[in-house]
Amino acid sequence: MSYVYRSGHMLSFFLSRMLRAAITILLVMTFAFCVLRLSGDPAQILLGPDAPQDAIEAFRERWGLNDPIVVQYWAYLKSLWSLDFGVSMRDKSPALQLVLERIPTTLQLTIPALILKVGIGIPAGVYAALHRQSIADRGVIMMAVFGFTIPSFVVGLLLVLIFSVTLGWLPSGGQDTWMHGILPTLTMSIGGIGILARFSRSAMIEVLGQPYIRTASAKGMSWRDVVWKHALPNASVPIVTIVGFMIGSLIAGAVVVETIFSWPGVGRLLVVSVSNRDLAVVQCLLLVIAGTMVLANLAVDIMYGWLDPRLRSKSAAH
Amino acid sequence: MPFISIRDLRVAFDGTQVLHGVNLDVAKGEALGLVGESGCGKSVTWLAALGLLPGTARVTGSVTLDGQELCGASRSTLEGVRGGRVAMIFQDPSSSLNPVIRVGRQIAETLRIHRGLMGDAARLEAIRLMDMVGIPDARKRSDTYPHELSGGQCQRIMIAMALAGEPDLLIADEPTTALDATIQAQILDLLSAVRAETGMAMVFISHDLGAVSQVCDRICVMYAGRIVEEGRIDATFGNPRHPYTRGLFDAIPRLEGGRERLVPIHGTVPDPRNLSNGCAFSPRCDRATDFCRSNLPVLKPQPDGRFLSCFHPVTGISKSSCTSGQHESAAA
Repeated sequence: MSYVYRSGHMLSFFLSRMLRAAITILLVMTFAFCVLRLSGDPAQILLGPDAPQDAIEAFRERWGLNDPIVVQYWAYLKSLWSLDFGVSMRDKSPALQLVLERIPTTLQLTIPALILKVGIGIPAGVYAALHRQSIADRGVIMMAVFGFTIPSFVVGLLLVLIFSVTLGWLPSGGQDTWMHGILPTLTMSIGGIGILARFSRSAMIEVLGQPYIRTASAKGMSWRDVVWKHALPNASVPIVTIVGFMIGSLIAGAVVVETIFSWPGVGRLLVVSVSNRDLAVVQCLLLVIAGTMVLANLAVDIMYGWLDPRLRSKSAAH
Repeated sequence: MPFISIRDLRVAFDGTQVLHGVNLDVAKGEALGLVGESGCGKSVTWLAALGLLPGTARVTGSVTLDGQELCGASRSTLEGVRGGRVAMIFQDPSSSLNPVIRVGRQIAETLRIHRGLMGDAARLEAIRLMDMVGIPDARKRSDTYPHELSGGQCQRIMIAMALAGEPDLLIADEPTTALDATIQAQILDLLSAVRAETGMAMVFISHDLGAVSQVCDRICVMYAGRIVEEGRIDATFGNPRHPYTRGLFDAIPRLEGGRERLVPIHGTVPDPRNLSNGCAFSPRCDRATDFCRSNLPVLKPQPDGRFLSCFHPVTGISKSSCTSGQHESAAA
């Protein structure tokens, strides 16, 4: 009985989240559409500064750029409704196809980076929390601060300087072998490792000070079980938030790193398309990026309820 | 021979001594009340005895359980004692239960650790224990989470969890402080009933004298990390002799008789970082002399069987000496 009651709430929770997600995506789309059109003329940029005026006029006519922006926006929405994401102004290939082609290339960097972040950051943070005030703890805090305060372009350049220029061990750019992926992956993971280590540490310290941890010890449970069965499940809620955000940025999170290491992924496509004012491609990219972010957020919300029954009843009530 | 015997137990946090050599015995089946203001070391004594203080605490002295030394004992020895021979329940039942684990499973964990029960056997026994501590519809409630239960029910779950290990001693650390008055009375009744049924000993830590008088045989009054008076409930309540104990009684409102002004104990609890060389209570004591302020009284046996650490104890029956009416007023 109570379960049915709850699952009914679950459904409305779900629907409201989906609606919110749709609104978010619509806002992102609209914003991108306007800013792109207000910030430069694609005809001028694509055809070059020396292009004759009539060629520019013809280009504008061809892509409908002379219409009022509202008309253009309406046309854009209509084409989206029929799942038509437009074509690239450069080579007329479908924008969606261009974007989808690049995704696996980006994931080749971001998935190993995510594994490194989670696999090193969380255990380091938890270990530091369990050995508070020890040398290991201080070391973890120091490395974590170092990791997330230094911007990735600095880390990337430093790594190139050490491993490519000085030692000559690893290539500094391109995508030919798996060796080419090492430096960009490392560059991307260092900040995330630091962030996760810090968050896991503080989440664990907070939980270890809770009365129920003392209860678990007082009933004769081994410290190992106290940590694994009582502390970690409680500490996982804030950690999952951060990991969810990282999963959400799997596709869009490599813009800077791909640019530094000339990695032909989604991030590079975004940079190139923006500077070319390749409208359809940029719009399609932002749609895909916003979509993955929103999906990851939704997944995190569902995980919350699964991890913490108190949030389950709260979110269902909303 | 006492079941558990504490000798010269001292605890220091970051170099600050908070427990100054406590000696305490609990006999099999006995109920001992431990009272005193917050921070006087009531809880710390027992957390230290079971090795439950954080690593930053320095614990010295001796705690023997049936002759077995616990102070400095191995992890596995302590794990066998905790929850198995000595169980503990705490002040705030709602936060003392793990919020993400179903209550039935939390009880079953103790059953697994100390009685080797697994799966359905553990589940059924957990439900039986919940039933025993008065949780209605225990089968269904065993699948709920702590936040779905009231504070009183959470404390019942804590008691069921404590009973799961079939302990010889239950340390109840202010088990009714966070609960409202009617629930307090129910929990006290439950503790008495459980003790009658199982014959286990109990240490009842509280600052509620009424509650102590209701469930205990003997009382220990602590002040600033030391025991200042110890005796049988009736003797101590009838004639409290340490000025601090007397002060505690005088500060309780009375139901019978006319309205009288309450007599508070003036001053505050001393800071453990700068205690005087003399009696720790002397700055707040009306009877203190210069001798009290420079000499430390020791806990000495008295002719009437109680133990007392005071150079100028109160004599005779006071205006607010305790009768049964006193207990009721305190409990209410």
